[in-house]
Amino acid sequence: MDQKQRSSFTYPPRNNSPQESFNPNYDYPQFNSQNRTESPYTPSQFFNSQAREWDPHALLSNLSFLEQKIHQMQNIVREMIRTNEGQNCNISELTAQRQLLTTDLTSTIIQLISTAGSFLPTIRTSLLSGNAPIPQLGSSIPSASSAPSPSAYQPNPSPDYEELTKGWGENVVESAGQIQIEDLDVKEGEDVGQDGDTLPIGSYEVLQLEKEEILAPHTHFCTICGKGFKRDANLRMHMRGHGDEYKSPAALAKPAREPGSQPIPVKRYSCPFVGCKRNKEHKNFQPLKTLLCVKNHYKRSHCEKSYTCSRCNTKKFSVLADLKTHEKHCGRDKWLCSCGTTFSRKDKLFGHVALFQGHTPALPSDEVKGKNEEINDKDDSGGVGYNDGDEYLDMKGGYFSPMVNFDSFSFEGLDEFSRTTFDPTENSFSFLRSGSPDFARKGPGN
Amino acid sequence: MEPEKRMDKRIRVDLNLEQNPISPFESLSEEVLFLILDLLNSNPLDRKSFSLVSRSFYKLESCHRRWLTPLRLDLLPSILTRYSSISHLNLTLCSRLTDVTLASIASLLSSSLRSINLSGSRSYTHKGIECLAEKCFNLEEIDVSIRVDLGDEVAAAIGKMVKMERVNMGRCKKVTDLGIGCIAAGCPNLKLLCVKGCVGVTDLGVKLVAVKCRKLQSLDVSFTMITKKCLPAIMQLPNLEEFCMTGCLGIDNKAFVNLKQGCNSLQALDMSNCEHMTDSGVLSILQKCPNLYHLNLASCSSVNVSILSGLKSMCKLGSIKLDGCKVTASGLKSLSNSCISLKELSLSKCPGVTDEGISVIMAKHKDLVKLDVTCCRYITDESLSAITSSCTSLVSLRMESCTKLSSEGFRLIGQHCPKLEELDLTDNDLDDEGLRSLANCHNLVSLKIGICLRITDNGLIPIGQSCPRLRELDLYRAIGITDKGVSAIADGCPHLEMINMAYCTNISDESLKFLSKCSKLCIVEIRGCLQVSSVGISVIAAGCRLLSKLDVKKCCEVNDAAMFSLARYSHNLCQIHLSYCSVTDAGLLALACLGSLRNVTMLHLSGVSPKGLATALLMCHGLTKVKMHSSFKSSIPRALIEHVESRGCSFHWMYKPFQVDFESSELWKQQSHDLFVE
Repeated sequence: MDQKQRSSFTYPPRNNSPQESFNPNYDYPQFNSQNRTESPYTPSQFFNSQAREWDPHALLSNLSFLEQKIHQMQNIVREMIRTNEGQNCNISELTAQRQLLTTDLTSTIIQLISTAGSFLPTIRTSLLSGNAPIPQLGSSIPSASSAPSPSAYQPNPSPDYEELTKGWGENVVESAGQIQIEDLDVKEGEDVGQDGDTLPIGSYEVLQLEKEEILAPHTHFCTICGKGFKRDANLRMHMRGHGDEYKSPAALAKPAREPGSQPIPVKRYSCPFVGCKRNKEHKNFQPLKTLLCVKNHYKRSHCEKSYTCSRCNTKKFSVLADLKTHEKHCGRDKWLCSCGTTFSRKDKLFGHVALFQGHTPALPSDEVKGKNEEINDKDDSGGVGYNDGDEYLDMKGGYFSPMVNFDSFSFEGLDEFSRTTFDPTENSFSFLRSGSPDFARKGPGN
Repeated sequence: MEPEKRMDKRIRVDLNLEQNPISPFESLSEEVLFLILDLLNSNPLDRKSFSLVSRSFYKLESCHRRWLTPLRLDLLPSILTRYSSISHLNLTLCSRLTDVTLASIASLLSSSLRSINLSGSRSYTHKGIECLAEKCFNLEEIDVSIRVDLGDEVAAAIGKMVKMERVNMGRCKKVTDLGIGCIAAGCPNLKLLCVKGCVGVTDLGVKLVAVKCRKLQSLDVSFTMITKKCLPAIMQLPNLEEFCMTGCLGIDNKAFVNLKQGCNSLQALDMSNCEHMTDSGVLSILQKCPNLYHLNLASCSSVNVSILSGLKSMCKLGSIKLDGCKVTASGLKSLSNSCISLKELSLSKCPGVTDEGISVIMAKHKDLVKLDVTCCRYITDESLSAITSSCTSLVSLRMESCTKLSSEGFRLIGQHCPKLEELDLTDNDLDDEGLRSLANCHNLVSLKIGICLRITDNGLIPIGQSCPRLRELDLYRAIGITDKGVSAIADGCPHLEMINMAYCTNISDESLKFLSKCSKLCIVEIRGCLQVSSVGISVIAAGCRLLSKLDVKKCCEVNDAAMFSLARYSHNLCQIHLSYCSVTDAGLLALACLGSLRNVTMLHLSGVSPKGLATALLMCHGLTKVKMHSSFKSSIPRALIEHVESRGCSFHWMYKPFQVDFESSELWKQQSHDLFVE
């Protein structure tokens, strides 16, 4: 990953903001990855200050605008399907339609981000008031090694926000929502539960799920067709396909919390594995913070490591996201120990060698060097092997690593959560990868 | 079984030919003969004579030999079959050493080999070292220094030698931390490591060595990029005695000031040329390493000696080098007050040394053993009298170019310092009277009285008569010396190894005839001695078989005859300077047959044709360095030069005009002094 290069990008000026009718009242924070890791900037302050300016009416109008936009796009896609079926492919027409779609989608995304940005502060405040955090979308940005505690900088998108994302995602391409779900449990380090959370024992409620529950792929099921979902929001999105009655804003909205009801007690989770430090029976019990923490912890600690890196064929993982993180730097670790362990930094290797008896630094042989270069080249070209979207639609849940290429690309202009928003639709948006370094600039203006 | 059989054979031969029933030598037991061999160390020819006595002696000598320094590679297989129990192999004289040779050495010597020196040898790669690592599992010492092109692979191969104790890889510039890391992890018994000039080595590698090799006693990280980061780890080595970090520009005061723990075992510290070291750093080293004995601060221009006054506690420092430092009288005073057990002091090229400073030191330190005041141009006879009156046990005194000293002053040296072994009075106003007084120093081993224009035979003859242990004599431009003086030296100093009589124009072949009695003579410089001819050189060649360096530049009378004698007798000759001699193609070809020859300088050889030169270059396999006039560059085929270069020889093309005659020594000295004044 090219940290330096990435950090040299800044967000493009906002003067080409999409539509007149759209009134974003939230300006992008102009941080990039470098800021994220180094600046003492604390997001909570930031969000609090923004929260006062939030206006629900503006949000509503933005959302309805988005909905319109999405309907428009649906029509275009339907049109495209129809033309395809009719076999009378006019290539130029098709290209024009695609471009139109591209433009529309791009602007929708921009607006979505803006909307979310303006909305986030409220979520933040409501979360701070003591709700169990929802798995964080922003946390899917993998940070190879040195990122500070993820919660320090990740904005916390609301389910509603995801809902909107899913809204077009699922309609445009069947699997997009699915992939997003897969991606959502990317990296929620257990350390989230450890630091920054020093609740006194007894001040929270401890829940313990059974093994089957933890490992179950879906928790929400469609009452009509039986399809399973990981999230209620996704289920509600899905329900719209079953009839107009599910399309009403009331049905789409998140089940409201009764206003004025007493605050929900803080929830913490226990691992069902007896003897584990995360199990409530343990004398030094350290609870897990969220459901996602439970899942990742259980998979990592008590499950078989079934995902093998296809590059090195040695590293195994039980959490898919871990594999993806590994794949990003697999083959780039040039510092090799005689035991086969690789390191991204020389001092790490030397620390390792100093620690263990009988380990020696291994010299890179010429063949390995060549191979590494090859791999790097591949990565830098940005998407050899991923050009065909179908390729990994088939492999859904198995081999899937959009992030690998994502980093060599530049979504630099967008802040972190926008990047994540993009991941799921990567296959449908393959055009973005090929030579559109500055996505935001290209988008709405055209 | 076999030895008995051979003995029978021998006896039978004796019976038949000499009617000598049994040789008296046969009655000596092997133990006795081994004891005799143990003592035959001084002259390599002794062992040769021993082995020629009889077959059993030959065999015993073969079994007994542990050290081997082969001159030529082509004989190596047969030598190694004869000497199968060689444990120390020095291959520095074999310039082209291939992997194949190393592999055959490894399989022939295998477990008996304990030490191998490959310093400066070319052509071998890491594969050869790997062969050694595989078969010679008792290898404890290896020297792969001066191979600029060798990389981490060699270090990794060394890292496979588990018993390795001493590794020298100085100036292997391509070695990086990875290689050092391999050695650190693979050689737990490492006691000595030299990575001098390995510019790729940084803190990481050195730190790992310090962590892994706890038995390390000597570490040389000169001219590397190390900084203060690795010092704490080094200082925690429990057995470290010697630490050398010459020219480490990354080391500054903070490195030592912030050091929590010093090294108790450290005895010698060399931080010369560490330009960023200043007073406080030096002070904190002395405080933190209580057992430090040797300290070298040469060329640390920012160190001021007076800081030593801050050192209240006992200072065990016995040897200090302050060459080129800022030294003042008060600084020397505090030095003499704080370092109470000072034995060796070097103040060479310190501009601030004055009579006052010297007197202060001498008053305190009467048992000084070594003193170096080279180029301290402000000291006068007062200093000399202070030195001689108090330090009567001086063993080494160097005072080259102390121009203010008078000839009377030097008489004091001979009168008061009878224990002197090493004396350097080059470029001083020494006269015969002073030289004669030096005859009191019966232990003199090395005497340098070059550019002392006033000395004559009258001074030198007493030296020859009373200094039988003399090994080194420098008479460079001592124009008053004649054959008479040299004959006295040759008679009185049988151990003479090196003599420099360059530009002693009164020297003739007679001198060389006398000197041929000194069988240990190996370095002879008679540059510019116009009276010397081939006769003298032939006599020297026949008498001094160990001759390894010969300088006959501008000896115009030296011709092919001398070369033939050298080719016949001097099988140890490795360096020769022939410029301006009357040598022709034939002489050069004869010389080229010497397998040991490595370094030749031959400019302005009017009798040599390009063809002859080319043939000589082709014939001389061991050449590593040749200096020739650039006019030959065009007349020798390019391909031939490339071929010779590929065998490991480097060419230096000189462009110097032909000098018909040279200035007199007086004029020369005057010129060199003028140069200094300017």
